[in-house]
Amino acid sequence: MIHRMTAAALSLIGFFVALYLSLWKLGLMGPLVCSTGGCETVQLSQYSVLLGIPVAMYGLAGFALLFLVSIAGLQGRWMERKGPSVLLVVLSSIGVVFAAYLTYLEAAVIHAWCQWCIVCAVTIATIFIVSLAGLVRWPRVTA
Amino acid sequence: MAGQVNMKVFYGVLGAIVVIGAGALWMARSSAGGSVTQIIDAPIPVGTSAFAGYVMGSDTAPVEIVEHADFTCGACSNFAILQGPDVKRRLVETGVARWRFRGFALHESSLLPLHAAACAAEQGRFWEMHDSLMFNQRDWIGSGQPLKEFRDYARAVGADLGEYDTCMEEGRYAARIRVTRDEIAASGIHSTPTFDIGNMRVLGAIPFDSVRTLVEKAAAEAR
Repeated sequence: MIHRMTAAALSLIGFFVALYLSLWKLGLMGPLVCSTGGCETVQLSQYSVLLGIPVAMYGLAGFALLFLVSIAGLQGRWMERKGPSVLLVVLSSIGVVFAAYLTYLEAAVIHAWCQWCIVCAVTIATIFIVSLAGLVRWPRVTA
Repeated sequence: MAGQVNMKVFYGVLGAIVVIGAGALWMARSSAGGSVTQIIDAPIPVGTSAFAGYVMGSDTAPVEIVEHADFTCGACSNFAILQGPDVKRRLVETGVARWRFRGFALHESSLLPLHAAACAAEQGRFWEMHDSLMFNQRDWIGSGQPLKEFRDYARAVGADLGEYDTCMEEGRYAARIRVTRDEIAASGIHSTPTFDIGNMRVLGAIPFDSVRTLVEKAAAEAR
């Protein structure tokens, strides 16, 4: 179950980072803290909004969902079931693809880097790797 | 395997993440209500090729508030909606301060709304266009057809659309907007909104009371 615990902790971290970007996008934060210097460029680009909703909010929802699945998978009746781990892999793989696309936009289209976006991308990639490893090792783990 | 890991430790780690995350957000939020005030050595001179900005208020007002803003910036929109009317009515119209708006294009998609505002300004409709762009920011950013929205705003504020269209098609102010952006960036400004009030520079949107306090301070220092 260590992979679900790790996924829960990482998704919680990702949730707060996405919450920060979402609140900033709504104008509820001060200047964006940014050591790379490109955060505002990225967050104000046309790619920062998808279907009328800030991209950061998709991250917020995604990390919240991953967190809930991870926690649910640590509760009694779900602990021995494989389902939550499969769901974690599926959800995080979608997140990885989305994050890869956003990272590509930063590198090749916007030409600016947002450190918080990179943190989110690394976090979701790690959740995917950890979840996949947990799933692959599943028979041994439960034996 | 699960039994090997103490669940209490796990929930303790989650609790720590929540406390640290919430604390960091609270600090970011409360850092001057979304703002940081710095003292600058001297007013930033405006370069010869850059645009000095759009001015509202009396030339004889003792204090000038210079706002560096981007029409695509959420905090700029919030400031325009929530604090703008008070600033205009209680500081500008009373002759206490003069307002200068300098467009700061943070990225390429900031150029179009600034250009639309410049074309409206040609016809003496800058502030009306400014309000339309700021107040309806969420609409045109999400519309996918911002140029159409800008044109609608230009019509609504009473601009001659023939003139407006020609101005937009020519990209008449594109170079000026870029030069101004470069100059503002060279003066050390990297985020919006940023306000210069006397020798004070404020990063981030601030409530009206803070604007008034800074204006009073700048007026006292100018005497």
